[in-house]
Amino acid sequence: MVGQNHDGGPDPNLAHHFESMDQQRQSTKLGMWLFLATEILFFGGLFVFYTVYRGNHPEVFVFGAHFLDTALGALNTVVLIFSSFTIAWAVRAAQLKQVKLLKWLIIATMLCAFTFMGVKYIEYSAKWKHGLLWAGSYNPHLDHDAPHDVVAVEGEVHTAEADVEIVEIEEVQHVSEGEIVEPIVTDVAIEPVAEVADPGRSTIAPAAEGPGGLATPEAVVAEDVMPVEPANAKIFFSIYFMMTGLHGIHVLGGIVAMLWLLKCLRRGDFDTGHFTKIDMVALYWHVVDIIWIYLFLLLYLID
Amino acid sequence: MSEHTESGVHVASMRLLVTIMIALMIGTWLTVSVTHFDFGFLNIWIGLGIATVKAVLVGLYFMHLRWDKPFNAFVFVSAFAFLFLFIGFATMDSAHYQDVIIPGWPLK
Amino acid sequence: MAVDTLAADGAAVGNPNRANYLNTGSGVLSWLFTLDHKRIGVMYLVAITTSFFLGGVFALLVRTELLTSGPTIMTADAYNKMFTLHGAVMIFLFIIPGIPAALGNFVLPLMLGAKDVALPRLNLTSFWFWMIGAVFAVSSIIIGAVDTGWTFYTPYSTTTGTAVISMTLGVFILGFSSIFTGLNFIVTIHKMRPEGMTWFKMPLFLWGLYSTAIIQVLATPILGITLLLLVAERALGVGIFDPTLGGDPVLFQHFFWFYSHPAVYIMILPAMGIISELVAVFSGKHIFGYKFIAWSSIAIALLSFLVWGHHMFTSGQSGITNMIFSALTFSVAIPSAVKVFNWLSTMYKGSIRLLTPMLYVLSFLFLFAIGGLTGLFLGALSVDIHLHDTYFVVAHFHYVMFGGTVIAFLGGLHYWWPKMFGRMYSERWGQVSALLIFVGFNLTFFTQFVMGSHGMPRRYYNYVEEFTTLHQASTVGSYVLALGFFIMAGYLIHSLFRGKPAPANPWGSVTLEWETSSPPVAHNFDHDFLAGDPYDLKSLKYDPATQGWVRKDPQSIILSEGGAH
Repeated sequence: MVGQNHDGGPDPNLAHHFESMDQQRQSTKLGMWLFLATEILFFGGLFVFYTVYRGNHPEVFVFGAHFLDTALGALNTVVLIFSSFTIAWAVRAAQLKQVKLLKWLIIATMLCAFTFMGVKYIEYSAKWKHGLLWAGSYNPHLDHDAPHDVVAVEGEVHTAEADVEIVEIEEVQHVSEGEIVEPIVTDVAIEPVAEVADPGRSTIAPAAEGPGGLATPEAVVAEDVMPVEPANAKIFFSIYFMMTGLHGIHVLGGIVAMLWLLKCLRRGDFDTGHFTKIDMVALYWHVVDIIWIYLFLLLYLID
Repeated sequence: MSEHTESGVHVASMRLLVTIMIALMIGTWLTVSVTHFDFGFLNIWIGLGIATVKAVLVGLYFMHLRWDKPFNAFVFVSAFAFLFLFIGFATMDSAHYQDVIIPGWPLK
Repeated sequence: MAVDTLAADGAAVGNPNRANYLNTGSGVLSWLFTLDHKRIGVMYLVAITTSFFLGGVFALLVRTELLTSGPTIMTADAYNKMFTLHGAVMIFLFIIPGIPAALGNFVLPLMLGAKDVALPRLNLTSFWFWMIGAVFAVSSIIIGAVDTGWTFYTPYSTTTGTAVISMTLGVFILGFSSIFTGLNFIVTIHKMRPEGMTWFKMPLFLWGLYSTAIIQVLATPILGITLLLLVAERALGVGIFDPTLGGDPVLFQHFFWFYSHPAVYIMILPAMGIISELVAVFSGKHIFGYKFIAWSSIAIALLSFLVWGHHMFTSGQSGITNMIFSALTFSVAIPSAVKVFNWLSTMYKGSIRLLTPMLYVLSFLFLFAIGGLTGLFLGALSVDIHLHDTYFVVAHFHYVMFGGTVIAFLGGLHYWWPKMFGRMYSERWGQVSALLIFVGFNLTFFTQFVMGSHGMPRRYYNYVEEFTTLHQASTVGSYVLALGFFIMAGYLIHSLFRGKPAPANPWGSVTLEWETSSPPVAHNFDHDFLAGDPYDLKSLKYDPATQGWVRKDPQSIILSEGGAH
């Protein structure tokens, strides 16, 4: 039964050095899990980088997270979760020899992957426009091209990080209700009222006044004022780009793998219920999803 | 109720796949909502906890670990274990030498 | 057994011209695209021995420069490159792939009575990655080389003008080669053991390869990300390790050593596996303490992840961390000691044959004991403050890596040579070479223990006059070593053309690779096995007609007669 096709001959998918299809399947699967373990450790190095820096310099992360759009991050999370669903369903379809359904599910997963990369592109290009790049290229600047609305308040406000007074609003930018925007710089002069409690953890002297014009659009109200930019804020963006960049490369790898699956499908590899190839790509894709789940939390949702 | 292929391999049911997906979506919504409340130092741990539940659901059900040989799960989990070992020592050490590299540490 | 001539009692008579894996399919492409683990193993053997000679050339250049305290044959900058390349080539191109790739690939499936490893295409991929990584590494050498030391410490490695990126990319790719080999071995050992071969009936070489594979899979990815971050640091200025950008250079060392300490156990565990095989066969006795040796391999693999900070005692690591790592370092010596005592007990009251492989076993026991014990001195925090970055460290790691791994590798090479190539080498020249290597090694490196404890720093281009004699003695030792290896290359290559045809089982071992012809046919075996005790040496008898060993009851291990798939 095992290792044989319907007319009793050996399964053409059975490699010569294996005794049975079951042994072959189990071996391939264990091999894939070992590879996924290496992926966890590979990404894990970046999580070490993250943990050490956030542990010692939390203010850098609180500051940097303001420049990530939580809505876009959540959208990407939803997209990847859905793509995990479609590819898990694709494995089921392959097991049940539902080849046409299988094809559409692989395509659906790929579309999700493309969507993910599209959102990534939007995020990255916004950062590029404002010079919010990794340490060596960090050069934050205003972007005057796109006016948006921002609510701003004059007067003294108190935050956990610092007591600041909004002294003067030089420019009001306009944004529509419900629009998803990348944080845009505004021209709001912030002057520390009292001594800034947390000038950053290094001996590099902090700016005497807040960086001219770096603030979040939704933020300049009561409790949510941008703290003074801490020294080495650029490290946040180094970490952001390394982690999301490496993840993005793996998403691209997944797309390539899915293109390969489509080629195999056209060749008829899945007509007999042989599903190992889909199973392996699906396992890889689920790990890409799992890593994103943690990235979303750790980069976007810093309170 | 649980399907298998001809060779006895477990096949996930549609109901299971949809249920897990919905659970993951709820988890995502939960993670975002929780950021509107402040539990102090617990914030990050609550977030990590929800994320881990989601990861476990993906692993057990989408990735089939529930019906696989336990050794596969053991391999995957041990990767995390060794990673935590690395994170643990690196953070402990770097926290302890901050006062050597930054005068006046801790600055608060 | 797949042979065309059989002696009266069924034993195979060696005939290297008969169809076997070496002559089945000819032409370069049949080798480069092979899926046969034996061919892949042989290609790896050629690759790593070539790397060993390249690394050896760099070593001889380093030692020659150190003949005098001032400049001798090169500038200081060139010297920095020489010792860096010696280290990088020896470690990443030779010793890490080393025994698993060159001997493990060949022997592992045979020891399991299997037709190949579980994932043959992954095996070939692993070899191609080695080749590609080697190309990057060699081109780095050509375009200007690297002068950072093989450890690539920041911030120098992120700022130096030398070819760091191409070298680190090369090592990154080599890392995948290592991961894929380890992955393949784990799957093969889990899924392809023959009937009767439970975990505790496996030959100990397989326990060695298995525990090595655990480390290869778990530790190497960290090296990967470390090197990737180093490249990003140089190319983009990411700022993780560079203090001027807000980074932390000590963190680099944590990243680097989290892999590189377990890596040294990647080097030694397969070597210990070889010693277990050889010591039993050449003492004519069952291995002593099988389960202890097996479990100690796993223990070493796991404990190896807990001690990396002992490379960082003087680097700025915090006091508390220093103490924890020092204490943990003592633990990892224990399983190694367990093995040494078990090997000695195996020899006790055995009937010892002082053939070339056994000479290497004896060398190993002596040299590894010294290497291992001196590791304890270095692990003691207070003592290390004095010894760190001196020649004492250099001598320690050469005693364990060279005196341990390389010696065991040579023993294994001489042991499995007849199986791999169907030829016997000259035993007399084997003994000469082994002696030269033993003497040359001690002359080269024992002097370095003395120098180091007197304060001679490592990686230094010049030195004070008081060390001249010791340096010169060390250099002479290195030339003796070179002579020993030169002779070895000579008689081994000679044996390929003129060596006596080898019987299936020239040494009298019970493990399954000796159940096929020397060299094996392409598909290894014609039947499945019912495996028994791999150290039951009493189940063999010597057959003078073939000058080899045969089973007293050949049918006892055969599961079923019949064709392959």
